[in-house]
Amino acid sequence: MPLPLFWFFAILMLVGGLAVISLRNPVAAALSMVASFVGLAGLFIGLNAYLVGIIQILVYAGAIMVLFLFIIMLLDLKTEEKRAPKVVPVVGGLGIVLAFTIQLIGVLGKTPPKESEPLDLVAAATHQTGGIQETLKDDRLPDVNLVGDLMFTEYNLPLQIVGVLLLVATVGVVVLSKRQTA
Amino acid sequence: MAGLHSYLLVSGLLFAIGLAGVVLRRNIIVVFMCLELMLSAANLTLVAFSRFNGVNGLPDYNGQMLVFFVITVAAAEVAVGLAIIVALYRARQTIHTDDLTSMRG
Repeated sequence: MPLPLFWFFAILMLVGGLAVISLRNPVAAALSMVASFVGLAGLFIGLNAYLVGIIQILVYAGAIMVLFLFIIMLLDLKTEEKRAPKVVPVVGGLGIVLAFTIQLIGVLGKTPPKESEPLDLVAAATHQTGGIQETLKDDRLPDVNLVGDLMFTEYNLPLQIVGVLLLVATVGVVVLSKRQTA
Repeated sequence: MAGLHSYLLVSGLLFAIGLAGVVLRRNIIVVFMCLELMLSAANLTLVAFSRFNGVNGLPDYNGQMLVFFVITVAAAEVAVGLAIIVALYRARQTIHTDDLTSMRG
């Protein structure tokens, strides 16, 4: 991904994140989170992870954030009234965050940088079969095919477990939202 | 071209922003959104490592599978969490974490 584009999406993501934690109105926070996720999806697509980028937009920026906005609307939340922040948690929290950031910069400064190698699709075609190989020979990246191939072969059991997890979550949500009738 | 370090730095900063939000904000819905930010920061790290540690000229798709599962579990978590918040609001008429002290020792 070209450097200006990388910084555009990265800054969109970070500014969106900062807006989430600084805006007092929950609706504004949710909408800036959508902006943050769009920036993140741009970074994913820049990393040749097209399927993950699209899923990020559809699932996160679309479905999950609509769910958040729906709940905010349902609870009829007003802008948070100003309360005096407690000093000890604020100082402790900011201390943890600051320590984490310093540690991150320290670690990144000590490790040798790594540049991305361009994808070698034609060479990769020799390790694949079928339609994936045909697309790779055309010098196109069959992203969805590769993910699907892996998901339904090597990761079949985790996929089914996730399916059960989603079922349990659905049942759990229905039970939680049902009004208790004594 | 942006190197691996840029991606790791950006995702680390996003994680730090999410962590700061979880610690500083008192509105439980915003705390929940910041949790999502932290999960997404982890996803960005996974996708960056998957792209920069290629196998046979392709990205390492095992990393992207993990991202896929993280997104699925996060979606389930959001659904259950928001249901809990709605139940909480019904019982207490507040979602301000300072007012929720019944489990304080």
